[in-house]
Amino acid sequence: MPQTVYKDLKEQDPTIKRSKILDALETEDLSVTFPDSLDNEMILNMGPQHPATHGVLRLLISLDGETVIKCVPELGYLHRGYEKLAESCTYHEFIPHTDRLDYLSPMANNVAYALAVEKLIHLEIPERGQYIRVIIAELARIQSHLLAMGAMVMDVGALTPFLWAIREREKILDLYDVICGARFTTSYTRVGGVAQDVSDESMAAIKIFVDEFSANLVEMRALIDRNKIFIERCEGIGYLSKDDCIALGLTGPLLRACGVSRDLRRDEPYLVYDKLDFNIPTYTESDCLARYYVRVEELIESIKILKQCLEKIPKGQYNALQTKKVLPKKERVYTKMEELIHDFMIINFGVNPPVGESYSAIEASKGELGFYFISDGSGHPWRLKIRSPSFSNLQALAPMMKDCMISDTVVIIGSVDPVMGEADK
Amino acid sequence: MKDDRLNLLKSKLQSSNFNIEYSDVNGTPAMYLNKDEVLNVCKFLRDDESFRFISCVDAVSVDRFGKKNRFEMIYNLISIENNERIFIKIRLDSKKPEMESLVSVWKSANWYEREAYDMMGIVFLNHPDLRRMYMPEEFEYYPLRKDFPLMGIPDSIPLPNK
Repeated sequence: MPQTVYKDLKEQDPTIKRSKILDALETEDLSVTFPDSLDNEMILNMGPQHPATHGVLRLLISLDGETVIKCVPELGYLHRGYEKLAESCTYHEFIPHTDRLDYLSPMANNVAYALAVEKLIHLEIPERGQYIRVIIAELARIQSHLLAMGAMVMDVGALTPFLWAIREREKILDLYDVICGARFTTSYTRVGGVAQDVSDESMAAIKIFVDEFSANLVEMRALIDRNKIFIERCEGIGYLSKDDCIALGLTGPLLRACGVSRDLRRDEPYLVYDKLDFNIPTYTESDCLARYYVRVEELIESIKILKQCLEKIPKGQYNALQTKKVLPKKERVYTKMEELIHDFMIINFGVNPPVGESYSAIEASKGELGFYFISDGSGHPWRLKIRSPSFSNLQALAPMMKDCMISDTVVIIGSVDPVMGEADK
Repeated sequence: MKDDRLNLLKSKLQSSNFNIEYSDVNGTPAMYLNKDEVLNVCKFLRDDESFRFISCVDAVSVDRFGKKNRFEMIYNLISIENNERIFIKIRLDSKKPEMESLVSVWKSANWYEREAYDMMGIVFLNHPDLRRMYMPEEFEYYPLRKDFPLMGIPDSIPLPNK
């Protein structure tokens, strides 16, 4: 043992010199201990810049050793005041802002917003337009769930499924590119329809994606579904009882993972969902693993819906014929007097809905995405309230994290799948 | 909600002697509640066997600038077993907008009411944790009020010295 060797050396020759830090190491009280370290609470600040918080979510966690005693989420780091901004935008002007709410599935937000405005002004759009909207909303769901799955699996250490999910997601972004000309900030819907028709080439591209996706999903699931590490990291983690889930106003996959079969596509049908055949996957475990399975099975259902839509979609008009509410086609604006006037009026003064209030919601990938409009008859909304699913779902984070381990916080955030653009508005 | 169900709800509330004004949000039933009866009516809506509005999914704060009762709160309730939705509205005072917090009835109202407090300055009595939701604690204004300018108020959040 070197210690004794040194001591022996020192006894033989006291002038021998060693550095003070080595002397300190060999004195008796070298064991630096913290008194009752496990009894002391420690406050840990996680975020807002933290790779596992999926955005700028800040969590203040008080810890007992490695166990979370309490967790306080702090929001507002991405607050851009969209509800205030909406009060000075016309109804059309606000559409690009909806892209930036849930920026992982912009198409679904576009659809939700357009439907809400149409409900306010009592406008029904032709069937082709409705089918197009279902197609893009389901693509958005796949897009969002793929990232949720991939990121959650990456949070517990598996990197490959994340890369595979991103690969599939990239294909959807390319589809958006051919459908509307933008990959990310789509702004595709308009009041009374969509910006432009989906061409046959785009339909063919969607069909190729749909046909290939199932096989790719099977491949991806083979890596995760029966993976011992993944299951042991997720099973029973982040449990929240059914009563709490309902009382906390959860919607979407979180609610369906606790045994409540609620899906607005079936319960408050909008667009053409009542003509389509799909299931609503429900689990009862209410833990991270159940949430993962709900999302995966929703992917399969979305593919089913897409296949039906591609078969059923009719030809014809895709925009409503209401010249005072719906923007005319650009080529007609440039050549026809009437259309020029309507275009000018809609752009400058807005669609002027009747005085009143309206609420409309769709089942977005994260839950109920709703818009509450209060109109005073002018071209701008008097008040727009965005009911964002991420905001409500984040409220469940604190009770889910109680008494879990610090390493599980990451997978719980992944299973809630918050998007801060939407939660902070 | 179907008409017969709405009539049943109305008669049940009538028999409990609640003073309620019924209205409509574009096809969805809504009701204006008296400020003093809010808690009792809400507990009734949540607990009544045939309705069970057990989940509050949103709360909207409104500034009806220029009206007699300037502020208003709108709660968005759903019943999961009956698949029904209803809005309850509470008119609030212009000078001193405050009402009883509904956190004791629906837990989810916690953050929704914090958001309303932050954005509109509505004070919820007996709220367990009434802090600002988005804005910094030292911010003095309520940004969604109609008298708050769109571009903000300069120096409302003190910046560090150069």
